[in-house]
Amino acid sequence: MSSYQGQFRVWRGDSDGGSLEDFEVEVNEGEVVLDIIHRLQATQTPDLAVRWNCKAGKCGSCSAEVNGRPRLLCMTRMSLFEKDEVITVTPMRSFSIVRDLVTDVSYNYEKAREVQAFTPPGKLQPGEYRMQQEDVQRSQEFRKCIECFLCQDTCHVVRDHEENKLAFSGPRFLMRIAELEMHPLDAADRRDTAQDDHGLGYCNITKCCTEVCPENIKITDNALIPMKERVAGRRYDPVVWLGNKLFKRGK
Amino acid sequence: MTEVERQNYDVVVIGAGGAGLRAAIEARQRGLTTAVICKSLFGKAHTVMAEGGCAASMGNVNSNDSWQVHFRDTMRGGKFLNNWRMAELHAMEAPDRVWELETYGALFDRTEDGRISQRNFGGHTYPRLAHVGDRTGLELIRTMQQKIVSLQQEDKAEFGDYEAKLKVFQECTITELLKDDSGAISGAFGYWRESGRFVLFETGAVIMATGGIGKSFQVTSNSWEYTGDGHALAMRAGASLINMEFVQFHPTGMVWPPSVKGILVTEGVRGDGGVLKNSEGKRFMFDYVPDVFKGQYAETEEEADRWYTDPDNNRRTPDLLPRDEVARAINTEVKEGRGSPHGGVYLDIASRMPAEEIKRRLPSMYHQFKELADVDITAEPMEVGPTCHYVMGGIEVDPDTGESTVPGLFAAGECSGGMHGSNRLGGNSLSDLLVFGRRAGLGAANYVESLERKPVVLQSDIDTAARAAVSPFEPSESEGARENPYTLQHELQQTMNELVGIIRTADEIERALGRLAEIRARVRNVVVEGHRQFNPGWHLAIDLRNMMVVSEAVAKAALLRTESRGGHTRDDFPMLDSDWRNKLLVCRASGDDAVVPDVSVERKDQVPMRQDLLELFELSELEKYYTEAELTTHPAAQGDTA
Ligand SMILES: Cc1cc2nc3c(=O)[nH]c(=O)nc-3n(C[C@H](O)[C@H](O)[C@H](O)COP(=O)(O)OP(=O)(O)OC[C@H]3O[C@@H](n4cnc5c(N)ncnc54)[C@H](O)[C@@H]3O)c2cc1C
Ligand code: SF4
Ligand code: SF4
Ligand code: FES
Repeated sequence: MSSYQGQFRVWRGDSDGGSLEDFEVEVNEGEVVLDIIHRLQATQTPDLAVRWNCKAGKCGSCSAEVNGRPRLLCMTRMSLFEKDEVITVTPMRSFSIVRDLVTDVSYNYEKAREVQAFTPPGKLQPGEYRMQQEDVQRSQEFRKCIECFLCQDTCHVVRDHEENKLAFSGPRFLMRIAELEMHPLDAADRRDTAQDDHGLGYCNITKCCTEVCPENIKITDNALIPMKERVAGRRYDPVVWLGNKLFKRGK
Repeated sequence: MTEVERQNYDVVVIGAGGAGLRAAIEARQRGLTTAVICKSLFGKAHTVMAEGGCAASMGNVNSNDSWQVHFRDTMRGGKFLNNWRMAELHAMEAPDRVWELETYGALFDRTEDGRISQRNFGGHTYPRLAHVGDRTGLELIRTMQQKIVSLQQEDKAEFGDYEAKLKVFQECTITELLKDDSGAISGAFGYWRESGRFVLFETGAVIMATGGIGKSFQVTSNSWEYTGDGHALAMRAGASLINMEFVQFHPTGMVWPPSVKGILVTEGVRGDGGVLKNSEGKRFMFDYVPDVFKGQYAETEEEADRWYTDPDNNRRTPDLLPRDEVARAINTEVKEGRGSPHGGVYLDIASRMPAEEIKRRLPSMYHQFKELADVDITAEPMEVGPTCHYVMGGIEVDPDTGESTVPGLFAAGECSGGMHGSNRLGGNSLSDLLVFGRRAGLGAANYVESLERKPVVLQSDIDTAARAAVSPFEPSESEGARENPYTLQHELQQTMNELVGIIRTADEIERALGRLAEIRARVRNVVVEGHRQFNPGWHLAIDLRNMMVVSEAVAKAALLRTESRGGHTRDDFPMLDSDWRNKLLVCRASGDDAVVPDVSVERKDQVPMRQDLLELFELSELEKYYTEAELTTHPAAQGDTA
């Protein structure tokens, strides 16, 4: 495959407003959208703002929307698109704009701070923790999260409802609560706060968050639904009761 | 007079990677007000990319392990140029630092009996790396990020404000360290990336934890942040750097497609059974065991393969030699025409274990090759080649406290020097961050508490720093053509890669210094477009100055060291030279350009290793590295040992 001229529309502007701008730019074999943004910076628009760090899908910095879909720019291969297709790159829509593709993601850091931290088991000294692999595995799945906030961006509860941000922590942080709930040695009970302080009830399990997660974490099935079940009270529902037995062994 | 936002903290930590966060936790736990500053968002520092694991001799998988064995491995890996006191502290304290992470909520992979699992890695005698699949760095950084949240929650409960004692300033770049008239640290000056506005941190103690310099090389596993800011800022503030000639090229980076060239392929692939092959299908590493390691590695493929399951009765595969050896071997294979189609060699795990096993043990490698190169590593071999990965050199510090030669300036993590000698073992960085991050936090806390009065920032220093920062917007009329920062960065990276890379010669290094001098002149004429709000061109223009200084330090030290050792290979001096072993090359800023100073390099002798540590080694091994005169105190050298 040789190089070709790709057609790009990139949103440019700041909190006062902005617009899509058209660019024609070289595309080479094997490249990802972030490479193209970098080429724009180096050759046409030196001040085009974008976040990135690892360029390998590991840090979750380069989140944006490509043709309207929330994606990591560094993991979106150009081969996904036709050569003559116009590729539109816009900032994440659920967060306010700082500049160009950079958004204000402070909402996420505020919500992160409100989740009660890991609560160590009182009696164990460092070095005395014993946990079985099968018991840590479920929380480990959630700890793969690279905090790209694409799930937060896509969730319809906040996507077009700024007003819900106050009461709703979003899939990433509801999942964090589930992660701590499933931690074999965590000593706190987070069921009430999940519902009352973090808005678990707003989630109606549409699974859009799961669909955009670049780490392929089953956010809805493995974190949100089990969490909802725990909150709903286990007493009368045998399926949920069984689920709970598996959910948190030996706690 | 420049108007700036002013912040006031007891301790200011520059860098929110593993080292910076661990330091901040310690300073805050000592009750001091602490600021953490980082160029990226909180949680995105380089540490997040670390894959393989964190070395600590917990002995969970092989109970023969101990800090002494870890110490010995570290010194061997660094070819005995390491600061032995740092290597000792590191080996002794790493297990406690890892266990401590569990109390913060970390979830490492487990052994059968429920303890932290440990994996094999190059140069480590026993399985020693605590890990979480191949995303250990993510676990480390997230755990400490969440510990910081936990401390902030305590402060909220006590003072009604999450940020009463500990605050993270993200997307904020420090461009200058400030000192009072006694020469002690008084503050740090920088700008908010988002708005471009200036901010001053007034403080008695700064802890540098800014990471590495790899962005000065074209093929690298490092991100845009790795412009050597901490190294350069410290030098400009009068601190010394050591070991800058030692740059680690990781043997296995991706080589194709071009846009991902350099991205890391974790050593865990080899630790878990993957082997290197050339285009003839040969496992070539058996031909590259150097004399100093003769007898310590398997000599046949059969023995090497048995070692994975029976390590007590077999020697390990030479695929797991220290990184410098493997990187040079790959370089030679490719040079001699036995490389893969895209100029690397093959790394084969597909034929070594079932597909499911590979996906379970190395999920992000599977993902990375599938998504970025259309390669299914469970079915075909990877193509890999060396990539610039880590700098052993850094700020010269006191081993116990992390204090540099400038009062009030501390350093930890990749930006500090000494611990790893001429070559770092895989997994020894994450543990280094924890051990010395904590120590620097303590060191800074003790220092601040001992100060009689807080050092004062001079207004004139603020003005100078502000002028230097905005100068790329104000091109000087007279001098040469306007320069584009992206172009200069590219030329710098190419120069370092081609002429001061994995294999060096005096002639090439001199050419590099010539080109650097030329680039340096042009750096003054860099002009950026647009305004100060989140302007990457401007950010790069500032970072470029640091890359310049650091590149010069690397090149100048590399020219002086006329031997080959660890991450410094001279084609014109291919042998290890015992007379060089205890010599450090110390770099300092010189000349009258305050922003991009000259670099001067001096030789300095290291302190000889303490006797009890020396005696941990067999005389016959030490003789490969030391001069005879240095070993007269070893018991075995004193003739008949009673
Ligand atoms: C791909 C990859 C894989 C690795 N795998 C392993 C492994 O398995 N095991 C291992 O032990 N090591 C590994 N390493 C090495 C290890 O990850 C790094 O050496 C280590 O993380 C460095 O940590 P640090 O705390 O020193 O700095 P970093 O984590 O790099 O953090 C530096 C911080 O400083 C900030 N900063 C820099 N300059 C400025 C400035 N001017 N102003 C403000 N802030 C600034 C940055 O924003 C960042 O927050 C790996 C490295 C890479 C690149
Ligand atoms: S499943 Fe719940 S959290 Fe996820 S996108 Fe739908 S509503 Fe939002
Ligand atoms: S859960 Fe997935 S989509 Fe959401 S922040 Fe984490 S990695 Fe991103
Ligand atoms: S740059 Fe790190 S995820 Fe894209």
